[in-house]
Amino acid sequence: MDGAMDGAMDDGAVLRLVGVTKRFGPLVANDSVSFTLNKGEVIALLGENGAGKTTLMNILFGHYLADEGHVEAFGHRLPPGEPRAALAAGIGMVHQHFTLADSMSVLENIALGTQSLWSLRFDRRRALARITTLSRDFGLEVHPNAQVSDLSVGERQRVEILKALYRDARVLILDEPTAVLTPLETEALFRTLKKLVAKGLSILFISHKLNEVLAVSDRVLVLRSGKIAGERATSATNRSELAALMVGDTVTEPTVTDHAPGETVIELVGIRTTGRVGGAPLDTIDLTLREGEITGLAGVSGNGQAALAALLAGTLRPDSGTIRIRGEEMGEWTARTALAHRIGRIPEDRHTIGMIGDMNVIENAISESYRSPRFSHRGLLDWKGAEDFARAIIRDYDVKCPSPRAPVRLLSGGNMQKLILGRAFDGAPHVILASQPTRGLDVGAVAYVHAKLLEARNRGAAILLISEDLDEVLALSDRILVISKGRLSPPSARGALTVREIGERMAGHGFQEEGGIHAA
Amino acid sequence: MDAIDILLTGSFWVAVIRIASPLIFATMGELICERAGVLNLGIEGIMTVGAFTGWLTVYLGGDLWLGVAIAALAGVAFGLLHGLLTVPLGLSQHVTGIGITLLATSLTYFTYRVALPEVTSPPKIEPFQPFPLPGLSGIPIVGPALFNQTPLTYLAFVLVAVVAWILTRTPVGIALRAVGENPAAVEAQGISVTAVRMGAVAVGSACMAVGGAFLTMSAFNSFFFEMINGRGWVCIALVVFGSWRPGKALLGAVLFAAFDAYQVRLQQVTGGAIPYQVFLMLPYVLSILALIVVARRASYPKALMAPYQKGER
Amino acid sequence: MRLEPKPAPGLVSALLYPAGAILATLVIASVLVLIAGASPFTVFGLVAKGAAGSRFALLETLTRATPLIFTGLAVAVAFHAKLWNIGAEAQLYIGGVVTAVLGTGALPLPGPLLVPLIALCAMVAGALLLLGPAVLKTRFGVDEVVTTLLLNFIVLLFVSLLLEGPLKDPMGMGWPQSAALVGEARLPRLIHGKRLHLGFVIALVAALAVWVILRKTALGYEMRAVGNNIQAARFAGIPVNRVLMKTALLSGGLAALAGFSEVAGLKGNLSLDLSPGFGYTGIVVAMLALLHPLGVVVSAIFVAGIFVGADAMSRAAGVPSYIAQVMVATALLTMVTAIMLTRYRIRWR
Repeated sequence: MDGAMDGAMDDGAVLRLVGVTKRFGPLVANDSVSFTLNKGEVIALLGENGAGKTTLMNILFGHYLADEGHVEAFGHRLPPGEPRAALAAGIGMVHQHFTLADSMSVLENIALGTQSLWSLRFDRRRALARITTLSRDFGLEVHPNAQVSDLSVGERQRVEILKALYRDARVLILDEPTAVLTPLETEALFRTLKKLVAKGLSILFISHKLNEVLAVSDRVLVLRSGKIAGERATSATNRSELAALMVGDTVTEPTVTDHAPGETVIELVGIRTTGRVGGAPLDTIDLTLREGEITGLAGVSGNGQAALAALLAGTLRPDSGTIRIRGEEMGEWTARTALAHRIGRIPEDRHTIGMIGDMNVIENAISESYRSPRFSHRGLLDWKGAEDFARAIIRDYDVKCPSPRAPVRLLSGGNMQKLILGRAFDGAPHVILASQPTRGLDVGAVAYVHAKLLEARNRGAAILLISEDLDEVLALSDRILVISKGRLSPPSARGALTVREIGERMAGHGFQEEGGIHAA
Repeated sequence: MDAIDILLTGSFWVAVIRIASPLIFATMGELICERAGVLNLGIEGIMTVGAFTGWLTVYLGGDLWLGVAIAALAGVAFGLLHGLLTVPLGLSQHVTGIGITLLATSLTYFTYRVALPEVTSPPKIEPFQPFPLPGLSGIPIVGPALFNQTPLTYLAFVLVAVVAWILTRTPVGIALRAVGENPAAVEAQGISVTAVRMGAVAVGSACMAVGGAFLTMSAFNSFFFEMINGRGWVCIALVVFGSWRPGKALLGAVLFAAFDAYQVRLQQVTGGAIPYQVFLMLPYVLSILALIVVARRASYPKALMAPYQKGER
Repeated sequence: MRLEPKPAPGLVSALLYPAGAILATLVIASVLVLIAGASPFTVFGLVAKGAAGSRFALLETLTRATPLIFTGLAVAVAFHAKLWNIGAEAQLYIGGVVTAVLGTGALPLPGPLLVPLIALCAMVAGALLLLGPAVLKTRFGVDEVVTTLLLNFIVLLFVSLLLEGPLKDPMGMGWPQSAALVGEARLPRLIHGKRLHLGFVIALVAALAVWVILRKTALGYEMRAVGNNIQAARFAGIPVNRVLMKTALLSGGLAALAGFSEVAGLKGNLSLDLSPGFGYTGIVVAMLALLHPLGVVVSAIFVAGIFVGADAMSRAAGVPSYIAQVMVATALLTMVTAIMLTRYRIRWR
């Protein structure tokens, strides 16, 4: 394996980025980024959501074309836009969203594209032998013949790493690898990475989580607004310095003032679901949301957050259990009933669920209220009134858009989210479901969303904040619940639990002894 | 003759296999396209083109196998057009497919009229002759049905085996299935999604065209307008019915053909008591019923009809 | 090669690309004409003359456009909600059947009552015919493309059955056609002695009505929302399945009006050659109009002109009239490409 690198290794640099710039329209996602990764080194690329980390990785691997600059691997310039060249140069990438074909076997996924497409026989035995060797050498246990759809998230990640190793990768790029892992799985991943480095691989570790970066890297590069904002040796830096570099000085931490919660608005009792939403179904949960209180829901992705969000949004019906709003038991439960009972909803995925990209700002603004007498008279829509409403949102929520008649797909993520806030907060909702409300937003937009959520809480709304960003949950919530495998932990007041204790609950500990389920 | 006795006659099963053959070709073609994630509604038109070009080649003095090759090439041409519009350009596979069918059909009719301005009745060609496989064709019922058919029929059955082999046992088949499941997985392994999909659509369309050619070169011996008569659409239903698996799709095609052959014979048995149109309708009705039965549990390729752009996820 | 989204297209590119599509269509057709041994200029001149060169030609074009407006509207409505109705042909024939059944003396009513009643019944029949595939789609997940396509064949056989059985004209000399409609059931001619009939006016009204529905009503808004992003529509509380049902009813009804208008306005009876593929051509008409209901009128007249003109040209120049079908199909493919190019930029690297 080592023979492959002879000659090009004079200065120890395995990977070098030189002045890489990438623009999407007016947005500069990467602004002349340069750095060097050396042999046997772990570099952490740290940055907020929207700082340009994923774009940079896509350029590195050839999925995107850089507008300026280039990438060198082992002293040779990589041709731009060719994943094949990156692979051949020994660069392996583990994407944030796994690139696996679910209905195929582990072996097929790993060996895909490694044998000549024109050979008449797929050499299964050779692939099997190699996978077995690799998984033994690196301690990456997998069942080569298992179907990917049957694997856990951690196992899938192992398959992704094996895919790179199978191709003799000398550089491994991991994009937010821990986002979907439990703390336990994360530790296992870190052990694997140490083994890889010991065998001479170099690693680029992309994350926005400070603790992980400090735990795993030799050197930290901080990316902010597409630029390298700083570079530190891990041993010579600390959390607060990195945090400052990461967010710059624009950071405005939300100030949460304590105040007593009001009456119960919505109550879920013994809810079970089976419907087709991603992740775990809900397994007999109880949940109460009270006026003027933000309930934060922490948890590893895929543990039932999607089901809970869909349930509150009205798009998922419970199989059993009751939903009560202000004491009244709900019979039929649809998105319309949810809206009629003044539940404001911020969906997890603003592009595919929150907004209709090809319809304009006005049409999207009224999508939840077009049937109300405000906008519709005997089936005819009042476009004048709708436009006034849209303009009001644009003004009040500072939505930057070319015009109210522009299709929303032209809006940036932050502006789309502001439009969604304006729509959801219209008519002062009693309950607010905020599902990953700041994912993928830049720092300014995040602060804006946080401020609006706190404003709504202070005026008396009952808010459920679902987030995979533990820091966000800790910063905003009056009380915190943890979801694991579709079950809820008992609630804890803000500050009552340490991060470590929350982490344990995220891994599924501390549920049984309370009998699971009651909250509040 | 009784309605049940039909099933025991040798000629019935010969007819079944003959009717099934073009459907097998076209169904395999559609299956290849769809496994790669591209719905090909051009099938009806591509079959028309295949039927015409194969027949024309022979009519103009070409060899029968040359006809098959020309038909396949014509299929590739239209397949590449469909692929170009739907894969790199990402146009609606529905609209493009219908457009391809309209274009292929009208172009065929236009060319027919230009090439043969004078003819009033469709000229006949000397078609493929049955080729009895020594020894096997003597077996009662099964022999004539399976082992005394034209070479194109044998080719159809061979094709099923080949497609099944390629999909499961070759690197290119694995890439093809992966591209229909999750194109990003293929791109991440350094294979071009566009190339795999275009290739699949081209090859699949060639199979469809040969299916069409079977009708002129191994069944009706001449070309006439509207001779495909919805067979392409039936094949799309057969792919769903076969859950995108070659073996099951073959079974579906044979079942369908058996039903079709049976209704023709049943018409004769019932002696006009039931209008013949009712019998002719049955295959189409059967296709719809088959779709209803399997639709709920069909596990279709996940990326079917989803265009892919690099770097998108 | 990859695509990158462009900002909203300016007026120039919004017009330039479709113009390019028409040009490309003409170039391709020219090649075919040359192959057929004629001069493209002569042939296109003859097509234009045959389509609009005289009062007679123009009226003939409008007459041919009438069913295409209805089927084009039917497709436009359905495609707005991404309900792939490829079965306008079948719905057209069902409309024709209802017209023939009710219009041949079954109902002794005066014209002003009878005609609207027949039109309504035809619409209901067409609507119900598309409701089937829509229900199968929403309830069982059966792809409506295949079911509507297969229904075209089933319905055509059904019509054949009727024309050789219960609806057969005893005076028809053995031809498979229905008896002639009674006078009260006929749509009046717009100009005495010419073939253009009231159906054309009804088609224009229908186009206006569809425009109002799509742009001004809650239903139209729902249809567009469902078509653009079904998940987002569901999230917003739009009853997606119900909207698809209503879309199917509207679309099927409109296509059936084409059959009604052809039988009651033009042919006077039902026969198996009622439609030379108006249902399929409706897809092209709708796509050329970018699914805009008023644009459908324009594109239907344009497409009808090509057909009528090609018939005339074929008689004079000897180039097969199938050139019209080729042009229409080519126009469909070039137009969808052009629309894409107004929204995306192609980058070759």
